[in-house]
Amino acid sequence: MREIKANQIKNKVKELFLRANFYTNPDLIQRLKKALEEENSPIGKYVLKMIIENNKIASREEVPICQDTGLAVVFVEVGQEVYLVDGDFAEAINQGVKEAYKEGYLRKSVVDDPVFERKNTKTNTPAIIYTDIVPGDKIKLLVMPKGFGSENMSAIAMLKPADGEKGIVDFVVETVKKAGPNPCPPTIIGVGIGGTIDKAMVIAKKAITRKIGQSNKNSKYANLEKEILTKINNLGIGPAGLGGNVTSLAVHIDYLPTHIAGLPVAVNVCCHAARHAEGII
Amino acid sequence: MKNIIKISTPLDIKKIINLKAGDFVNITGNIYAARDASHKRFFELIEKGKKLPIDLKGQIIFYAGPTPVKPGYLCGSVGPTTSYRMDPYTPSLLERGLKGMIGKGFRSKEVIDSMKKNKAVYFAAVGGAAALIARRVKKSEVIAYEDLGAEAVFRFYVEDFPAIVVIDSAGNNLYETEPPKYRK
Repeated sequence: MREIKANQIKNKVKELFLRANFYTNPDLIQRLKKALEEENSPIGKYVLKMIIENNKIASREEVPICQDTGLAVVFVEVGQEVYLVDGDFAEAINQGVKEAYKEGYLRKSVVDDPVFERKNTKTNTPAIIYTDIVPGDKIKLLVMPKGFGSENMSAIAMLKPADGEKGIVDFVVETVKKAGPNPCPPTIIGVGIGGTIDKAMVIAKKAITRKIGQSNKNSKYANLEKEILTKINNLGIGPAGLGGNVTSLAVHIDYLPTHIAGLPVAVNVCCHAARHAEGII
Repeated sequence: MKNIIKISTPLDIKKIINLKAGDFVNITGNIYAARDASHKRFFELIEKGKKLPIDLKGQIIFYAGPTPVKPGYLCGSVGPTTSYRMDPYTPSLLERGLKGMIGKGFRSKEVIDSMKKNKAVYFAAVGGAAALIARRVKKSEVIAYEDLGAEAVFRFYVEDFPAIVVIDSAGNNLYETEPPKYRK
C-alpha cells in the first residue's frame, strides 16, 4: 500500500489544467507546421499561420490558447495499491479544477442545469471524471479541457455488423462533412469502435489524446485511420472551413470487443487546439 | 493574398455593400461581444416590446465570451464561438439595425435571407486564435448582464481586428464557394 493524500491529487490536477490551457503539445506544434507546408489554399495558409502564431503567444505569455477553456475532463488510472488519505477523491479533482480556473484566469463555462436555469457554476466544476483501477501503486492523471464547438459536432451510430469497414468510413466522413467550419478545423478525429454505445464514445474521446501521427498498433485499424483521413482531407473543407486540403490533422481509432449483434461507432471531434496534459503521482 | 480593407464601426451602408465574400478586413472601433445567454435575453426583451441594452444600429456583434482578464492585460483571450446557436435570434436583431456579425461556422437560410434584406455582413474570425485576437482589443468593459459571467455583453474597442468576409450582403458565401475548389 502507498498512501497518497487528496491534496496531492488536487495540486496535480491544477498544474495539469494550467499547462494544458497555455502550452501546445510538441507533437501538435510539429503537425501544424507540416500542415502549413501541405496546405494549398492561400486562405488556409493564412489561417494556419495565425493558429501557429497564436499558440506561441499563449505559451510565451501563459494565457489561454482559446477562450473556450473547456469542460474539464479527467481520465484517472488509480493503482490498486493506492490508499487515499485526507480527503475525498472526486472533491480533490474538482478542487484542483476550481483553483486552476480561478488562478489561471481561465473561463468558467459550466452551467448547473442543462435545460432550465442554465446558471453558471462560476467554478468550471463539476469535472467529468473517468476512473479505471489498474495494477500498481501510482495514480495517473490525464486532463483534457474539452471545447464545445467541436464537442457539439460529435456523433454516434449503432451500425449493423454488415455495414463493416465501409459503413464506418462513410459515417465518420459524413460527420466531419456535416460539421464543416463549425468545430474549428483542422480537427483531430477520435473514433471509438465497439463496446457499448457509451463506452465507444469514451474511448473515442481518449483516442484524441494519443500522440499525433502514432497509428493504431493493429495494422488493419491503422489502415482504416489512413483511409478515413485521406477521405476527410479530400472534402476540401480546409482550415477554418474556408477551403483547403487540410481539414483534419489526424484520425485516431480505438476499438473494443463488442456484442455479436452490434457495431457501435463513436466520433468525437476535437478542434485544432487539442489540449491535454498528463502526470503521475 | 488579397489586400486588407480597413473598416471602422459603426458600419455605413455604402461600405457594407462594397464588402465582398473573400475580402480580408481589419476592423477598428467599438464592437459588442454577446453569445448564447445574452442573445436569449435580447430576444425575450424584443418579444415583450422592450428596449435592448444596446442600440444595434450600424453595429457589429462578436459571438464571443472572453476569459477573465489577467492582471497587466487589456482583455482576456477571446475568439469567435460557433455562430449557428445564435441563428434563431439573429433575424430580429438584423431587423433592428445590426449590420455585422463576427463568428465562425455555418448560418441558417433564415439568417442569410435576413442579411440580404437588411444589408448586413457576416465575418469569420479564426476560431481558437484567442490569444492573438485579444491583442487587438484595446479596451474591454461589461455593459450588460454582468450576472452571466463570460456570457455578459461586453463592449470592446478594437484596433485592426482581423476578419474575413464570409457571407456578404448579397448572400455570397465563402463556405459554399471555397471548399469545392479543393474537393477531390
